[in-house]
Amino acid sequence: MQNKYDVIVVGAGPAGSTAARVAAQKGCSVLMLEKDREVGMPVRCGEAVGEKGIKKVLNLQDRWIANKIDAVRLIAPNGDVVNVAHNEIGYVLHRKIFDYDLAMMAADAGVHVVTKAYVYGLVIEDGVVKGVKVKHLGKEYTLHAKIVIGADGVESRVGRWAGLKTHVRMKDIESCAQVTVGNISVDRRYCDFYFSDDIAPGGYLWVFPKGPNAANIGLGIAGHKVNSKAAIDYLNEFIDKKFPNAAKLITVAGGVPCAPYMDNIFASGLMLVGDAAHQANPISGGGIIQAILAAEIAGEEAAAAIKESDVSEKRLAQYEKRWFEKGGQNHIRAYRLKEVAYKLTDEDLNKTAEKINKVRPEKRTIISIFKVALFNHPKYIPDILKVFMPAKGSSS
Amino acid sequence: MIQIDKYKCDFCGTCVSVCPHDAIELSETTLEIDPVTCTECMNCVKACPLHVLSEEPVHAE
Ligand SMILES: Cc1cc2nc3c(=O)[nH]c(=O)nc-3n(C[C@H](O)[C@H](O)[C@H](O)COP(=O)(O)OP(=O)(O)OC[C@H]3O[C@@H](n4cnc5c(N)ncnc54)[C@H](O)[C@@H]3O)c2cc1C
Ligand code: SF4
Ligand code: SF4
Repeated sequence: MQNKYDVIVVGAGPAGSTAARVAAQKGCSVLMLEKDREVGMPVRCGEAVGEKGIKKVLNLQDRWIANKIDAVRLIAPNGDVVNVAHNEIGYVLHRKIFDYDLAMMAADAGVHVVTKAYVYGLVIEDGVVKGVKVKHLGKEYTLHAKIVIGADGVESRVGRWAGLKTHVRMKDIESCAQVTVGNISVDRRYCDFYFSDDIAPGGYLWVFPKGPNAANIGLGIAGHKVNSKAAIDYLNEFIDKKFPNAAKLITVAGGVPCAPYMDNIFASGLMLVGDAAHQANPISGGGIIQAILAAEIAGEEAAAAIKESDVSEKRLAQYEKRWFEKGGQNHIRAYRLKEVAYKLTDEDLNKTAEKINKVRPEKRTIISIFKVALFNHPKYIPDILKVFMPAKGSSS
Repeated sequence: MIQIDKYKCDFCGTCVSVCPHDAIELSETTLEIDPVTCTECMNCVKACPLHVLSEEPVHAE
């Protein structure tokens, strides 16, 4: 570790590794700090990505892929199964390898990577972020940078230290538990999503096969719907009932911000990316692709701003502006959709499944399902109209 | 006082994300709540996926 870099990135998830790599490729000296002992571990993720999305951002490597998915099945509270058209092929990844490789790509581009490096504060001078304070192997260091990029995940505090309000509201956090199981039998062509207040209130349960006998099975429940039962209780109940012989090889907890579009993701000398910037899709909870997309922009803007010797809030606002153009509209729409989806009762969902099963399978895209679903419940029409209204421009 | 069952915690950070007062410090394998900044709003207790946190009065021994 030197004590001065152009860019210091906090966190070595997909967001951090991508922002660090891009900034380095554009000529910056970059340090990436990760608190854990190993990049890519533990894996707090269902590991599913759409084919289109992943191929847009990366050159897909075979070793990242655990399983190829042909279609999605939605399971209604009464057990009715809705097959969604075979139009969005996807993959279940090995994120342990994927995240590790992304960090390796950053290292190959010249990024210094340090693990077991816990960032506990920022250096702020005259309202400008100028570096980080880090604990590494028993020693404390103060390191300086022209720009700090907070890619510190759902648990992000980097933004807060700079005065940005980034905590997640209870109704916007999905409290998750997941097990990776063996000794089960699954149809590996399908990713299954279970919806029901009894299974996962305010969220859903997923079964993402990693092979014919293995899967990630997890669920998220909305923070404000938690009663005496926690995510792990719901998950254990489901597994005991559905896969009583499952061998639980990995158990993890986790949280996903399923929050409104956040525009306060920059300050003088600072940018936030990925889950730290609440960029995960608020309806699906998928955040890998979004993190990478936003991080590419953040890395580019960091390098450009440094070249122009202008790391002011005003200059870094360009990052948010470009992210809004790329992902903002989608995010805002997805959040509105989530708000309507929350209102659907189990009975609504059962009726919806019945209606959708009358639509020809090849016409069943996720969006068309929502349209069919929601327009069949007149009480929700005002909310639905809002979903399809154009989103307002970026606030900056 | 919010009690932490350190044998249950997975250090996932969900509690940190919902704390309105930034009272929780999480490193790779430690979790601490600052009793001064904590207002006992219970957000973290509810959001934890594993029942790690609970609100318990501190008993005078
Ligand atoms: C249970 C669960 C299932 C999910 N399933 C999917 C899915 O199937 N598909 C999908 O696309 N997305 C999924 N997501 C979301 C996805 O995991 C995240 O959106 C994605 O990991 C975000 O990447 P990131 O780089 O922003 O953050 P992270 O991957 O969380 O990386 C943040 C990194 O920062 C480090 N860090 C944090 N604080 C500090 C500090 N103070 N100092 C140093 N380092 C620090 C952390 O250790 C971590 O390595 C899921 C999430 C959960 C919880
Ligand atoms: S949410 Fe629960 S399991 Fe996760 S870090 Fe907090 S206390 Fe630990
Ligand atoms: S009770 Fe509220 S204020 Fe206290 S640590 Fe938990 S979330 Fe923060």
